[in-house]
Amino acid sequence: MKITQEEVHRIARLANLRLTAEDTARYARDLEEILDYVDQLGELDTSGVEPMAQVLHEGNAAPLRPDDPGRSFEQATALRCAPLSGAGHFKVPRVIER
Amino acid sequence: MPALEAGLADPATIAMYEPVIGLEVHIQLKTRTKIFSHSTHRFGQSPNSQTDPVVLGLPGALPVLNQEAVSLAIGASLAINCRVNGFSRFARKNYFYPDLPKGYQISQYDQPLAEHGWLDIRWEEGSKRVGITRLHMEEDAGKTVHDGYSDSPRYSYVDLNRAGAPLCEIVSEPDMRSADEAVAYLNELKQVIQFSGASDCDMEKGQLRCDANISVRRLGDPEFGTRSEIKNLNSFRFVKQAIQYEIARQVAVLESGGTVFQETRLFNTARGTTTSMRGKEDSHDYRYFPEPDLPPLVVTADRLASIREELPELPPAMRARFLEQYRISEYDARVLTSSVETARYFEQAAKSAGNSKAAANWVQGELMGALNAAGKNIEESPVSADALGGLVALVEQGTLSGKLAKQVFAKMFATGKSAKEIVKAEGLRQISDAGELDGIIGKILDSSPKQVAQYKGGKKGVLGYFVGQVMRATRGQANPRVANQMLRKALDG
Repeated sequence: MKITQEEVHRIARLANLRLTAEDTARYARDLEEILDYVDQLGELDTSGVEPMAQVLHEGNAAPLRPDDPGRSFEQATALRCAPLSGAGHFKVPRVIER
Repeated sequence: MPALEAGLADPATIAMYEPVIGLEVHIQLKTRTKIFSHSTHRFGQSPNSQTDPVVLGLPGALPVLNQEAVSLAIGASLAINCRVNGFSRFARKNYFYPDLPKGYQISQYDQPLAEHGWLDIRWEEGSKRVGITRLHMEEDAGKTVHDGYSDSPRYSYVDLNRAGAPLCEIVSEPDMRSADEAVAYLNELKQVIQFSGASDCDMEKGQLRCDANISVRRLGDPEFGTRSEIKNLNSFRFVKQAIQYEIARQVAVLESGGTVFQETRLFNTARGTTTSMRGKEDSHDYRYFPEPDLPPLVVTADRLASIREELPELPPAMRARFLEQYRISEYDARVLTSSVETARYFEQAAKSAGNSKAAANWVQGELMGALNAAGKNIEESPVSADALGGLVALVEQGTLSGKLAKQVFAKMFATGKSAKEIVKAEGLRQISDAGELDGIIGKILDSSPKQVAQYKGGKKGVLGYFVGQVMRATRGQANPRVANQMLRKALDG
């Protein structure tokens, strides 16, 4: 399947990636190969097979958790790995509301 | 790309269009812990003090679904007449924003928990049934603070206490045709969800949040217009304002030959306007896919039946019962079922009073008036339901006149004492005893020869003067009906 440069750019934008021209060409080729492989899988006749979204407990009830509080992280612990913090908050480069 | 801003249309022009409104309401479920992990989500705690590995999206942390969240969401689904699916699935909604450390929100997509519901709504001009498309479960995001700090121009502050709180999102059909209908729907939705016990729906704590989808079309046009989505509506007043503004804006755009863009707009609470968020077109591509970390959610018929059985009485059924059992008006029944607490209070007061219609009037009149003035909820009322019932009973027995009862009520509200205690302490009771009133009436007639002559001369209206004198002489305690009869007898006889 042919993947255009524009499609690669769009996917990169959605994934928050900045690509060089070189990257773009390489990813277009990689994505094409991946999709070709998926097409190959599509040759199998799966008309009698139930769709399966994940392998965990498929068809069984999800294990549920009782609503009992456990220990929360201390504020300082929660923030320890943050590159920037202040006033008990994580600090991130300013984002516009969306 | 900025939308064409053509101002607002006038009412006559707006009247040539039909608005089409659908609402998406997020409701926080009343659990102790988060939807997929064990930290709490209490309101008003210090920032980032309620997190855990799942909430922070730490490597290797896995979500496990909260059983109580599922039960409450099923209860909410039944309260809005939805069909609960025996099999539903969670999905990842992918987007980058610092309020979600994982880079995706766990939600439900193509197989939601419940579908095909409805609510009957009533507003000033009419009533109708509003369809509900679906109810699905999802996790809440954290809170991002954009101002208030010295470095706010450069940094946003993120608090993840709310991240992972359990939500249900309820999506209506585009069945509403005015801002009033939308508000009526929200009111009804809030009430039934509160009664179901799924959430307190306290908007000030963000437990109920609303987005509105709005479009307009020429009257008679079978096609819907292009809709915009208004976010950030956190009070019913804002919902009404935003919808009215957006209708007038869209009509003006169309009338000036422009195009309404499908876009997300933010309601500006200070100006009462909506403004385009001008997000990138493709930011709406959330690339949903089934959540690999969570197995499907299975609700067995037994589980569903037991939740249905345990569901408390809901407002529509309660209103019908009130009409039947207490013989009150439909309006009264609506007011008295406006919250679980109000309904409970009224029923207890009616029981103690022995006269439910009178109890209904007292609850809606004096009590709610006093609570409003004091800025209190009915749960905080200094006058208990039994105490109010006791007061009403004293009126019913003729011990207190309506006027005296109001004075007694004010003292009950101020002191928390019972009506009987106050009546006893102040010597307040209605004088209905003829022997007691006889002397007083005699004195008044003796001292008012002029008025007596007027009455005897045919000016029957003077009777009111005498009743007033009797009330004055007894400090309002005389039974006016008895005084009236006795005066008439004395003067006519």
